[in-house]
Amino acid sequence: MKRANFVATTAAASGVFALGFELPLKPRLAEAAEGAPAIRLQGFVRIAPDETVTIVSPQAEMGQGVATSIPMLVAEELDCDWARVRIESFPTVDKIYNNPAFGTMGTGGSSSVRGWYLPARKVGGQARAMLVAAAAAKFGVPATDLRTQNGVVYHDASSRKATYGELASAAAALTAPTDVTLKTADKFTIIGKPLRRLDLRDKVTGRAGFGIDVVVPGMLFAAIKQSPVFGGGVGRYEESSILKRPGVKKVVNLKSGVAVVADRYWRAKSALDAMAITWQDGANAALDETAIATAIAAGFSETALVAKKVGDPDAALASAAKVVTAEYHVPYLAHAPMEPMNCTASVTADRCEIWAPTQAPGPVVGVAARLTNLAPDKVTVNMTYLGGGFGRRFAMDFVQQAILLSQAAGAPVKVIWSREEDVQHDVYRPRSSTRIKAGLDASGKLVAWQQRIVSPSIANASPNAPNPPTKADSTSVEGSADKRYTIPNFIVDYVPKDFAVPVFYWRSVGNSQNGFFFESMLDEVAHAAGKDPYAFRKELVADKPRLLNVLEIAAKNGNWGKPLPKGSGRGIALHESFGSMVAEVAEVSVDAKNHLRVHRVSCAIDCGQVVNPNTVEAQVQSAVIYGLTAALFGRITINKGRVVQTNFTDYPMVRLAQAPHINVEIVKSAIAPTGVGEPGTPPIAPAVANAIFAATGKRIRTLPFVRAGFTA
Amino acid sequence: MISFSVNKKRVSVDDAPDTPLLWVIRDTVGLTGTKFGCGIAQCGACTVLVDGSPTRSCSFPVGAVAGKSVTTIEGLANGETLSAVQQAWLETQVPQCGYCQSGMIVATTALLKEHPKPTDAQIDAALTNICRCGTYDRIRVAVKKAAGLA
Ligand code: FES
Ligand code: FES
Repeated sequence: MKRANFVATTAAASGVFALGFELPLKPRLAEAAEGAPAIRLQGFVRIAPDETVTIVSPQAEMGQGVATSIPMLVAEELDCDWARVRIESFPTVDKIYNNPAFGTMGTGGSSSVRGWYLPARKVGGQARAMLVAAAAAKFGVPATDLRTQNGVVYHDASSRKATYGELASAAAALTAPTDVTLKTADKFTIIGKPLRRLDLRDKVTGRAGFGIDVVVPGMLFAAIKQSPVFGGGVGRYEESSILKRPGVKKVVNLKSGVAVVADRYWRAKSALDAMAITWQDGANAALDETAIATAIAAGFSETALVAKKVGDPDAALASAAKVVTAEYHVPYLAHAPMEPMNCTASVTADRCEIWAPTQAPGPVVGVAARLTNLAPDKVTVNMTYLGGGFGRRFAMDFVQQAILLSQAAGAPVKVIWSREEDVQHDVYRPRSSTRIKAGLDASGKLVAWQQRIVSPSIANASPNAPNPPTKADSTSVEGSADKRYTIPNFIVDYVPKDFAVPVFYWRSVGNSQNGFFFESMLDEVAHAAGKDPYAFRKELVADKPRLLNVLEIAAKNGNWGKPLPKGSGRGIALHESFGSMVAEVAEVSVDAKNHLRVHRVSCAIDCGQVVNPNTVEAQVQSAVIYGLTAALFGRITINKGRVVQTNFTDYPMVRLAQAPHINVEIVKSAIAPTGVGEPGTPPIAPAVANAIFAATGKRIRTLPFVRAGFTA
Repeated sequence: MISFSVNKKRVSVDDAPDTPLLWVIRDTVGLTGTKFGCGIAQCGACTVLVDGSPTRSCSFPVGAVAGKSVTTIEGLANGETLSAVQQAWLETQVPQCGYCQSGMIVATTALLKEHPKPTDAQIDAALTNICRCGTYDRIRVAVKKAAGLA
């Protein structure tokens, strides 16, 4: 995954089957039609005489295992020997690497495998066809008489064979076929196998290169402090004594913050800490929790944008035998990936080179070109491993800072944020509140659902958003409005309430709060109807076999209905997001001192055709811990226009001792893959909240759980 | 100049004695496997061994390691042969983003030295490191595998 290696091996290995790897490839590729199959092959596969097959992953590797799963797709159709496969990150931002789901290079929305499932396989199929054609020419036989297996082309009739390594340079001279037939699922030998990730050896030896590890000759380090109040700026600072400190090169006023640039990071950081800075707090200095809560409460009686309406919920509620009403609240959340924000940039008069742990290398090029006034083809983005992303690294604030600091310092600069900057200058999961009225008929059937959501809108934060907004922001209502339960009278509407706190995508986005709202309320409704929450859900998805299936698997694996000691309980939740269905059963206990333990979580996921069960299991476990951490502890609060929390002391994380055992069953399916990175997150908060209710009779309607007096 | 050993090699550094060992290892010595996560001894990403004891190097001044021996993640393998803990980590496929894992592996190395057959409670008490990717389930399996318990 290091660009330096890539250049060296390309130059050194002669006779290499290097489809389009010769740099520079931009001019040629720029002419290529977007997504033309022959061009897709360029820059993806390289076969060396020693049989090594190097496959490029176009997506950011941030823990999800995509640097292995996309090469698996290529290798499946290439029929190469998986033991000889090496992975490499893309060498440059180019539209051939555009995420097919986005139309730009970017990783998010649980879209990587979904987007690349066919295009990456096609690349493998094309390369295979070229190798077969080369063998056909060599043997003087029709290509149709040849077969491939494990990196070898066989002509069975004459017992002749040739390895891919032997055929590579002849194959490279051929034209890639535009049409290839892909395997049917029953022929898969790689897709669906729990293969080991190819990036993990470097991740157990400390060799893996993250953004924070980038070293560039002549590089300086920067530490940064940003205006504590959102929208505020730098007032005065005293730099003369700071500039005298060892190694300090420069103090840079970035308007929204101040950075110290030095020859070593700690020299920059300690100098910055020693510097007296006053801030201009600006217009938002009075914003606090009370102001936000008051505005949100008022939103409930304002005009709403209808996200989805079916039937006549008003009438159905009026005639319902029983109506259940409740209000739910979730706070702002920070992403807090393990690797703090950082970026390295080297800007000269005619070039801008960036080394970034970014989810958005495509958009980064545009931002860099604008900031530097350089043409986009003068901008290079080098990808590193990401120490977690979760949506945070789709934002580009840290990249912009590195560019501006390199310009100011006249040298390559690596800027590294402190954890305190990370917690206080994130782009946050919006807080959200909802009021729900649900109506039951005399038989206890759910006949009406009326839900209003009031929250900041991620879409409104975009400079191009219409003001006032013309439709409900899907990222605010997803997970409620699109819930696929059979409810005859249904409405979800939305009132946006925006504050100075920046908001953004957080793992599973709107599903993270709406999953909690909907699945908790449904539990309340089931109890009001006198029904078992699992049985109640089964009725609502009786005609949706995939949802029903995951629900049944999770219930079975989670021992639903089996007796538990007093003080223990199980909760269930079912949620569909990013095309995948996930059901989770959580088992908890609460002791006399309100100490909460989540012992076990049983998950069932239907994500279509599974590519690598090893990483799917890991991602679901990861998504559960991420969601559980937020549900137990996660709360960003605002006082005097700034974030109150600072670090893991007051924004705590689930640790090993608090982590439940998480069992994951993956449904067998042959339909095209759906999302994996995020769908495990939404069900966990309601599954645990429902389990707490089962254990204690206490209904939690406000997250996090610690606010209700529980410890964990 | 402060002299100590890192992975059995002697180094002398000109950093101020109150500089956290973490940044000396990363920027002066040039070994970047040890990570920065919080800077306040909360997350364990920066864990190294100082004379064999697990130490959160972000909050440990370099002046205090003068004459001592420091082992980082890069010092655990013997050439290309992984340590038992690293091998168990690989076999269990523990890392996701991998950022916390140097600290996890170093902390586990120290744990197994003290308790070669650790109980779950001992594992919980020793591994208080944070993993934002939530690899905990597999970490527990890998620790036991490295200890020959599974
Ligand atoms: S960086 Fe040292 S404990 Fe977090
Ligand atoms: S593997 Fe990503 S933080 Fe632990």
